[in-house]
Amino acid sequence: MVLIGSVIVSSIVIMTLISPWIAPSDPTAAPPVIDNPLRAPPSWEFPMGTNKLGQDMLSRVLCGGAVMLQVAVLSVFFCFLIGVPIGLLASYTGGMLDKVCSLVMDSFYAFPGLVLAIAIAAMMGRGVVNMAISIAVVYVPSYFRVIRSQVLTIKELPYTEAAQATGAKGRTILLRYILPNVVPSIVVVATVNFADAILTAAGLTFVGLGVGIDVPDWGWDLTKGFQLLPSGAWWVITFPGIMIVLLALGFTLIGEGLSELLNPRLEQ
Amino acid sequence: MGLRSYIIARVLLTIPMILLLLSIVFVVIRVMPGDPVALHFERRASEEAMEEMRTRLGLDKPLYIQYFEYLGGLLKGDFGKSMQDYSPVGQQIFSAFPATLELAIFSVLIAIIVGILLGVRASQSYNSLQDHSIRVFGIIAYAIPVFFLGMIFQLIFGVELGWFSTGLRTRPTMEPYGLTLYLDDPAGGFVTVLLLSLPVGLVSWALCFVVLKRRRVKFWPRGFLLSLPAFLAGWIVWTFAAWHFISVGVLHMSTGLFTIDSLLEGNIVKFVEALKGLCLPSLTLGVVLSGVFIRLTRSNMLETLRVDYVTAARARGLKERAVVYGYALRNAFLPILTMMGLQFATLLGGAVLTETTFSWPGLGRYLVSRINYRDYTAIQGAVVYFGLIVALVNLVVDIFYAYLDPRIRL
Repeated sequence: MVLIGSVIVSSIVIMTLISPWIAPSDPTAAPPVIDNPLRAPPSWEFPMGTNKLGQDMLSRVLCGGAVMLQVAVLSVFFCFLIGVPIGLLASYTGGMLDKVCSLVMDSFYAFPGLVLAIAIAAMMGRGVVNMAISIAVVYVPSYFRVIRSQVLTIKELPYTEAAQATGAKGRTILLRYILPNVVPSIVVVATVNFADAILTAAGLTFVGLGVGIDVPDWGWDLTKGFQLLPSGAWWVITFPGIMIVLLALGFTLIGEGLSELLNPRLEQ
Repeated sequence: MGLRSYIIARVLLTIPMILLLLSIVFVVIRVMPGDPVALHFERRASEEAMEEMRTRLGLDKPLYIQYFEYLGGLLKGDFGKSMQDYSPVGQQIFSAFPATLELAIFSVLIAIIVGILLGVRASQSYNSLQDHSIRVFGIIAYAIPVFFLGMIFQLIFGVELGWFSTGLRTRPTMEPYGLTLYLDDPAGGFVTVLLLSLPVGLVSWALCFVVLKRRRVKFWPRGFLLSLPAFLAGWIVWTFAAWHFISVGVLHMSTGLFTIDSLLEGNIVKFVEALKGLCLPSLTLGVVLSGVFIRLTRSNMLETLRVDYVTAARARGLKERAVVYGYALRNAFLPILTMMGLQFATLLGGAVLTETTFSWPGLGRYLVSRINYRDYTAIQGAVVYFGLIVALVNLVVDIFYAYLDPRIRL
């Protein structure tokens, strides 16, 4: 599963990276510049058809992953930056700090993720970084929870106590003894977070809080294609949609596979 | 800890959580950089116009006063005023929410039925082709954006096949209005009320049975006779209460849930219409949610199917069906219930997108339409409402869970 997932994800990443060279036409050129048939169904000239503006869907699909990948990578990065230190510190020190952090994180966690992200994104305005931040805020609590439950167990294990007994400093114990054992579960959360971030980014774009008009983006294409739906123009939504599904699927597969590897209870 | 003290502790814990939740929303909308009024006008209005709006919405006061006014308002059910036309946001939210609730209920039903059936199947045929294909279905269901699935359904069933009109809750003239009885025909009215109250009696009967069963009273004849008064009392009391309201004037009962309203109205055509409108949206949301349930049911069933009492049940020669659904699933059900509570937040998030895809006039679409108007006070109200609903549902699920599983109360 990890293998299939990685193949899907890496091929999409490579495709997006080299898209400027392999795209048959400029994905953002608008009508005065280009003179393509509007809303043309797939044909030899336009293998995935054209959209309302006559832009070649194939080129847009090839280039459209950049926004989502950026948003996902950035939001996971932000989550790491905020969630991991807070989780480690709060659960290791325990006491009041832990209680307060847990309560705050739980209230964030209980919120409908997309709704909270919508509220934040609505206030912050458009842009890749803003989108990433609003998604990160929603997913920090899941990092916190996983880290906390892990740290609480590891804290009681003999080797940690041995380190304490030999007089190791709190920081050393946290970074050298506890952190390495927490990393695997953080990685699993991060892959799931990637998949969720992609879906949330698509959702934000769909409700009108996306990045913008001039950038090719699968979420944006879906949103625009939705308006063409009554005319039966299936090609405008199908191909970008499938790409989003594939990308999210790739990350989900990696996450599922990894958590199975780390938790091989059922393999007998 | 007994059940009662657990409930009290859990309710007390909910209060700071709700306070935090409200503060989070307040911080996001009012405190974080970005002035809602300036954003609303996109900086294209004069300073006076913006100042006037701030005064009318109370946004010119110091932040801490705004905060307390906001909390105090919520206590009275006041969700603030809209930036669009200064109309109360609360009213719009309350009138939009039943549509969301109806969608949510049907979607959860679909998700649970699909999830449990497929999950059980997969666990029965562990590591077979069937198991793998069900797992793949579950993962894809998780990875598909709900609005993309909604569009595909609309494209196939709405545009191509023409079975459903794309995106309408019902036709405008077909809106059911619930139960309305007038005094013109007292005798007929009384019989109707009598019949409609029958379910209430049956429910109280059933509740009485549950209590008696826990006390190990046999159904026949003691249990039956003991519970009969409960049935009669429920039926008669409800009948007379309802009749009293009618004789005061008009009995008007409408829930805002079109399926229930149309039944109350006694109009099967409208009921079918309401169901038809619900079909695609709830199927979309249900399928997307079912992925989690498939996964959870499968992994829990795999564990419980190996437990000794299941083997014992098999050894006693029970049918496989009885073993799986009667013994194993019953015990695998607790984690599924917890997941239901956790998934409720996801469900509402998904409802926002589903409603937008199907033009379903619920709270989600309200929120999205307010985003397009940059109506930040209304956005705030809707977000708060979403948060409150989730907090309350989680509270109820937790209490129910503690009731079912005494270990939680320890």
